[in-house]
Order: sequence, then C-alpha cells, then structure tokens
Amino acid sequence: MTAAPPSTSISEAPAGGRHRRWYRDPGRLVPVLLVLLGFAVLASVEAPRGRFRTDVIAGRDEAFSFEFAVSIIAPLGRGLYTTARATVLAFTITLVLGLVLALLRRSGSRLVRWPAAFVIEFIRSTPILVQFIFFQQLVRAIDGVSLGAVQILILVLGVHYATYASEAYRAGIDSVPKGQWEAAIALNLSPLTTWTRIVIPQAVPNVLPTLGNYLVAALKDAPIAGPVLGVPGILFAATAIRGDTFRQVEPFLLAGAGFLLVSLPAAWLVRRLEARVAYERT
Amino acid sequence: MPTNAPEPQPASEVSDKGAAAVRFRGVHKAFGDNVVLRDLDLNVEPGERVVIIGPSGSGKTTILRVLMTLERPDGGTITVGGRHLYHEEGRDGSLRPAGEKHIRSVRSDIGMVFQHFNLFPHMSALENIMLAPVQVHGKSKSEARALGLELLEKVGLAEHANHTPGELSGGQKQRVAIARSLATDPAVMLFDEVTSALDPELVGEVLSVLRDIAEEGSTTMLLVTHEMGFAREVADRVLMFDQGQILEDGTPEEILRNPQEQRTKDFLGAVFEH
Repeated sequence: MTAAPPSTSISEAPAGGRHRRWYRDPGRLVPVLLVLLGFAVLASVEAPRGRFRTDVIAGRDEAFSFEFAVSIIAPLGRGLYTTARATVLAFTITLVLGLVLALLRRSGSRLVRWPAAFVIEFIRSTPILVQFIFFQQLVRAIDGVSLGAVQILILVLGVHYATYASEAYRAGIDSVPKGQWEAAIALNLSPLTTWTRIVIPQAVPNVLPTLGNYLVAALKDAPIAGPVLGVPGILFAATAIRGDTFRQVEPFLLAGAGFLLVSLPAAWLVRRLEARVAYERT
Repeated sequence: MPTNAPEPQPASEVSDKGAAAVRFRGVHKAFGDNVVLRDLDLNVEPGERVVIIGPSGSGKTTILRVLMTLERPDGGTITVGGRHLYHEEGRDGSLRPAGEKHIRSVRSDIGMVFQHFNLFPHMSALENIMLAPVQVHGKSKSEARALGLELLEKVGLAEHANHTPGELSGGQKQRVAIARSLATDPAVMLFDEVTSALDPELVGEVLSVLRDIAEEGSTTMLLVTHEMGFAREVADRVLMFDQGQILEDGTPEEILRNPQEQRTKDFLGAVFEH
C-alpha cells in the first residue's frame, strides 16, 4: 500500500466544497446567522405598545374606504408583530420538545414510553382554547409564578404543536430504512452516535414539509388566544378597531392579508430549507 | 434480546480460547414456525474463507445476521475469537446472557457488507468510511481521513472521496461499503450477497476487491454468494446450506464439482443453468 496522498489534495478535489463544514460555507452560514439574529431580536424586543385605534372616520355608506384602511395599517401591523413573534418563539419550543417527545415515546422503557404517549395523545385530543384557559388558571393558582399573556400563549402554543411535531418526527424516524440501523450496528456505533449522526440527519429532511405546515397552522391558531388571554395580536387589533369604528371589512381584510404576509414567506423559506438539506436517496 | 438462554455448559466446552475464529454450537433460530437455523454447529478457523451457498430461504443469510447481532438466536452459543458473543462467562465457567456492553465489545471483531450497501446517503464516501474510526475507535479526524483515503485508494475510488452515495454507481457504492467495513479492521468479515443487487457488468469490480482482501489472507471471511466461479477461486471451504442445516461441507472442488447430496446437485444445476 503506497502512502495516502496528502489529504488536502482530495478535500479540494473537483466535487469539493459540497462537504465542507457547514459553517465555512457562506451559503449556509449567512442564513443561519440571520435566523439566529432574528430570534435574538424576537426574543428581546417586546411588541410596541399602543391602542388599536384610528382617527379616520369613513362614510357610513362606503363599502370600502381606502383612506380608513391605510390609517389602520400601523395598529394592525403592531398586532401582526405580536402574533408572528409569539408564533415563532412558540415554534422553537415545538421543534425541540417535539423531538424530545418523539424519542421518549420510542424509549425502551415502558415507564418512559407510556407517560409520553399519554401526554401526547391528551394534548393532541383537546382543543387548544381549553388548554389556554387551563394553563392560565394553573399559572394563577401557583404562587410565585407570574406569566404574561404572551408568555402563556408562547408556552401553550409551543407545547400543543410539539405533540403534533412529535408524531411527525416519529414518522420521519420510521422512514429511515432498516438497513441504516443495521449498518450502524455492523460498524458498532454507539446508540447516541447512531441517533445523532445517522437517524436524525435523515429523519429531519423527511419531516420538514410537515413541520412547515405546522408552522403556518400555529400562526393561524395563535389568535385564538387573543380574546381569552388578552394577547394584543392581529385579530385582537382588528376586533378592537371594529368595536371602535363599527367597520369590519377593512380591518379583517387587512388582517387576512397580514397572515399571508407572514405565512407565504415562511412557506417559501421552508421549501428552500427542504431543497438545501435534501440528499439523493440511494 | 437472547430470550431462551441455553443451559449452562461445562467449562471445558467453552474455554478453548485461541481456537476457532467463529464457532456456532447448537444455534437455533426461528421466525414464527419457520425454523431458519436448526441446531447449527459450525467452526471457522482464523483466516479461513468460507463460502455459504444454498437456495434462497435456506437460512444462509441468517447465519451472518445472527453473527452480526442483527438477529438474536433463540438458543445455542456463538463464540468469536474464543469469546462468547451472547453470553458472559462466570468464574465457574457457567454462562449467563450477556449485556449490551459485552455484546458491543465482542462485536467489534466483526464487520459486515450488505447486499444493498446501506451506505449513509447524507455523507460523502470518505465521511462514510471515517465515521466509525472517529466515533468508535477514537481516532483523530486526520488519522481517520488518512485511513479513509488509503482504503478508497485500495478499492480504486480515491477520486470519489467527496461524492455522496447518490452520485456513485452500484459497484462503486459496494466498494465504498467494503472500505467502510475494512476501516474498523474486523478479524471476521461477513459478506451478504454483496453482488446480488448489482448490474452484471459491475459485479467484476466488486469481486476483484474481495479477491484482494482474500489474498492479504489475515481476515476471516464468510461469504454468502451465488457467484460460483468466484467461490471456486477464493474459498477454502464451501458450505451447502439447506433447510436450516449444513447439508455438505468441503473444498470448493468437492462441493461444486462433485456434490454428494441430491439437493446440492439440484441447486447447482439450477444455478449453472443461467
């Protein structure tokens, strides 16, 4: 056996670059940094406060007043920010807790598997509205714990969708071919290495489309908390404006547009992410 | 899980260390009512190259899978390099079912190459090979990389180090899989119909790699294959396996040219027909 060629000559071979460490690849590093920055901003910057109101008065017989619509964009935008921020923060809980729940549910020990299955099925099978109220009362009943309405929204929404996500992760894990597990055994990989290096990297791309759907669904479920918890989200804002002005076409039309404004780019980003992590199946 | 642990055996039966590379004693395995290994006894000497032939469904692949711990036997004992695979030996020589830790430790002597390659599709060829040396054997990244490139060179794929399995042909994938298994430096290598999933024109390149490994001589090889020409060329021994039992056991010349059993004759006739 002749000595192996210097490693650099191969790692810079024609196809090289595709398998560099991800953080050395600007095409991957920049989006990751942007996302982290976005999270930092979302987590640290509270939604701007202010009443949801307008000074513009539209004529009673006007079906749609352009001037009135423009005047309520700013307050609705504040509500949209609150809703979107809560959804994104909740979804980080969903992504992490969902995986944890999926792994617990696959545990070899019944003492772990059964409670996990119970919690997942219980939360999945009850309405999120009930959970908002239940959790709010629970927080009130416990001394020394005080959570704001938005924090309760984030927690409940995150946990609720985590139970859905855990089922998606489970399907993704099941979709990893048996041969991959067998190869891991044949190489004598530890269970931890098998999960972190073989199974999860292959399961997550399979799960991304479903998780993307859940992100959009969570965004649409977030306003449910508005009236119950008093979260000043976008539908709360639209309702407040309707209450003040007796006009509902403009605020609710704009609220719908506001959801599109967030969910369409989110869906696009998820598709980009799917394309990026996809690999050719063998 | 080894469910039906066999009766403890006298110490003399189990502790002739340094003898066989692989030894099966009364190994039994059934899937439901279908008995695939019927009280199998088998000895393989260190460095021996054993080809296992037989009709499909005869259990020959199960021999390899039980040895690789992909299936747990229902009964019997297996030793690898003199160490029990599924049992731990007490001071008095009695056997009890082994824990995962013990199984992992013995398993490190065994490597396996699969019919469908089972490469990790999200890693490059080189990363596939480097994984076990880094994660299991504690090698540094640069050591593992050097080893990986050396092995890729050996299987003739040095220029494909950075390609993912999806970018490789079947024959290339299988050669990477062989290199990946070699990287763990197993004393015993199992080859489960490694050319069966390949297009005919790609079989040769894989067999030539196997020939190289056989020529180096130190690795014990158990091969399940339908390539009779190859079997005749590299095997020290051919086992004809049928209905969970060894039907005939002998040199390639004896088994392939001059089979004694009618079932062997029928099987070989069917194989050579096409």
